[in-house]
Parts: sequence; C-alpha cells; structure tokens
Amino acid sequence: MKIDPIHQFNIEPLFTIGHIGNQTIAFTNSSLYMFLSVAVISLLMIGGMAGRQLVPGRLQSIAEISYEFVASTIRSTAGAEGMKFFPLIFSLFMFICISNLIGIIPYTFTVSSHIIVTAALALLVFFTVLIYGLYKNGFKFFKIFVPSGVPIYILPLVMFIEILSFFLRPVSHSVRLFANMLAGHIALKVFAGFVAMLGVSLGAVGWIGGVLPLALTVALTALELLVAFLQAYVFAILTCIYLNDAIHPGH
Amino acid sequence: MAEKSPGTPAKGTGAHTEADGGHGGGFPPFESSTFASQLVSLAIAFVALYVIVSRFALPRVESVIDARQNAIEGDLAAAQKFKDESDAALKAYETELAAARSRAQAIGSETREKLNVAAEAERRTLEDQLTAKLAAAEKQIAATREAAMSNVRGIAADAAGAIVQRLTGVLPDSKTVSKAVDASLKG
Repeated sequence: MKIDPIHQFNIEPLFTIGHIGNQTIAFTNSSLYMFLSVAVISLLMIGGMAGRQLVPGRLQSIAEISYEFVASTIRSTAGAEGMKFFPLIFSLFMFICISNLIGIIPYTFTVSSHIIVTAALALLVFFTVLIYGLYKNGFKFFKIFVPSGVPIYILPLVMFIEILSFFLRPVSHSVRLFANMLAGHIALKVFAGFVAMLGVSLGAVGWIGGVLPLALTVALTALELLVAFLQAYVFAILTCIYLNDAIHPGH
Repeated sequence: MAEKSPGTPAKGTGAHTEADGGHGGGFPPFESSTFASQLVSLAIAFVALYVIVSRFALPRVESVIDARQNAIEGDLAAAQKFKDESDAALKAYETELAAARSRAQAIGSETREKLNVAAEAERRTLEDQLTAKLAAAEKQIAATREAAMSNVRGIAADAAGAIVQRLTGVLPDSKTVSKAVDASLKG
C-alpha cells in the first residue's frame, strides 16, 4: 500500500476548451471545483434569501451572517469608505471559504492548494490597491512608504523596508493561504494513509493500532475545518487592511 | 518521500495524463503547464461570482436586512406612539376625574348650604308660628280665666244671696251681697 499525499493535488484535464498560443486551455478538476464553489455560494446567497423572511430560517441566517460578518470586518478595518469594495471582499472571502470547505470532503479537490490560484487572487488585490490608491490619492498614495514621525537619518532605510514589504505583500498574501491548505491536506492524507498502511501490513493488530492515526485524522479534519474558515478570513482581512492603505494613505 | 518520485500512475489513475505537462511526477502546484488552464477557469469563475454577488446576492440580503430594520423601527415607533397615546389618555382621565371630583364637591357644598338656609328659614317660620300660637293660647287662657273669675263672683254673689235668704228668710240687698263677696274674694 502506497501513500501518495501529493496525488490529491493533481490537475486532471476533463476536456479541452481551446488554445492560447501553444498552451492548451482545459477544463480541469480544479475548474470544476471553482464553478462548484461559485454555484454553492450563489445557491446559499440567492436561494437562501429567496424567502426574504422577516425572521430568517437556517439558510437565510447563514447568508445574512456571512453578509454581516464581512461587512463588519470591512467597517472595522477599512472604515465606511471600504464598503465600496464590499462585493470584491465578499466574493474573495466566500470563494476561498467555500472552496476550502468543499476541499475537506474526501476525494474532492482544494482549489486554493495551488499557488497559481492564490497568487492570482493576491495579485488581484495588490493591483486593486495600487490602481485605486493612485487613482484616488495621486502621488499622495506614496505617503504609505513614508511613515510620519521617523527621524530623517533613518528614513531611507524605513522607506526601503516599506517599499519592499509593499511589493512582498502579494507573496505573503498568496503563500500563506496556499501553504496552509497544502500542508493541512498533506498531513490529513498522511495520517489517513497510516490507518490503511497499518491495516494492510500488520493485519488485525494493525487495524487495532490504526485507531490512533484515525483519531488524529478526525482531530486534523476538525482543525482543517477551522483553518479553511480562518484562512479565508485572514485573506479577507488582509485585503481590507491593504485597501485601507489605498483609501487612507499616510499612517 | 522516495515512493512518490516514480509518479502517480502506480495508483491506477489511468485517466491522469502526465503527457501534456511533461514534468513526470512533479509537484502538481508547481506544474506550470496547468497554470493557464487554472487561470482561465479562475478568471471566469471569479468574474461570474463577482457579478452574481454584486448584482444579485448582496442587494438582496441588504434589502432584507433593511426591511427588517425598518420593520423593527416602525414597530418601535408605533409602540412608542401607542404608549404616548395611552399616557395622554391616562392624564386626560386623571384631570377629568379631578375636575369631576371638585365639581361634585362644589355641588355638594352648595346643596348643603342651600338646604341649610332653607331649613333655617323653615325652622324660623315654624318657631314664629309656634310663638304666635303660644301667645294666642296664653291670651285665651287669660281671657278665659278672667271670664271664669267674673263668673265666680256672680255665682258667689248668687250663692251668698241664696244662703242668706235661706238662713234669714230675707232676700238681702244685692249691692250689699256683692260688696261682701268682693271683700271676701279680696281677703
């Protein structure tokens, strides 16, 4: 019995959509789970609100709680002006959260376990911040690189660090999500694999001994549930904080 | 880690095509041949999600939450209005009650006054009448006694005359008799 904890991250083309240059654009298992996440979110947010009840039911409560949760996150970090990015942040949060949660189900695929996906989302945020910040504040946007109250002789150093950290934001933003999802799923797979491996190689004793990794797998699954939500929240709140720089430059 | 380097086909995933990547059993997240496909799917999916969220989902949730907020505020305002109305009604009732009470008191005291005056007047007239009657009665008694006393004198004189005649056989002079009677009555 072989454990291949990496196999779950394979991209498997289901059918080809077309070609860009010499690149084949395929509809992959990843695409399937992306659209599945979009469908689930749409179902939750539109289907759940279909009743438009004054006293919400379960599904409507989830939809409203998601709405209120993201809205309050934006208001507390980016202020009322940040609400113009509400659809963007809500889409990011829900997309990451729902695709992560779907990814915990065995035999499914986790969209955000691929660096290219998280990098694309992080760059979307990065360029939104950059373009909106320049559009709204003009050159005053660059004040985010010049913290006030810093003595003049260390200002160049501070500015260098600030600029470097600004351009490293998409890296940390994307790698944090990617690495968390990747590591979590590998750990899950490894521990789950131990159960089968012990059972196959040691027989009855192994099956009994497999209880321990099984318990660990259950615990890890619970942890992964938390991580799935938490990483979506972290991604969303960092987006808010970055957008706050664009809205109110000069800290 | 060694067992995964030969690649995935060992697990019987025949459908899994390694060919177009050409990376063999590489680490899937770093297989650049899959990037374009993923980016295209992500772009389509995320734009679709953004449109759905911004056009349909969020306005709908917002309208429901606003409707609820308005309903709550409206109900609270209505409740406040009813409370104010009931307070006003209570106040009106209390002032009305106080007014009615004072009016009743006024009417009571006025009536009592009036009755007292009437009773006093009646009592006075009755007293007057009684006094008048008493006076008349006294006068009559005095007159009757006068008359009776004068009758007594006549009877006494007659009786004295009769007694003298019976004793002496001589009818006494009436003048003498009445003089003697007067003297006797005075004595």
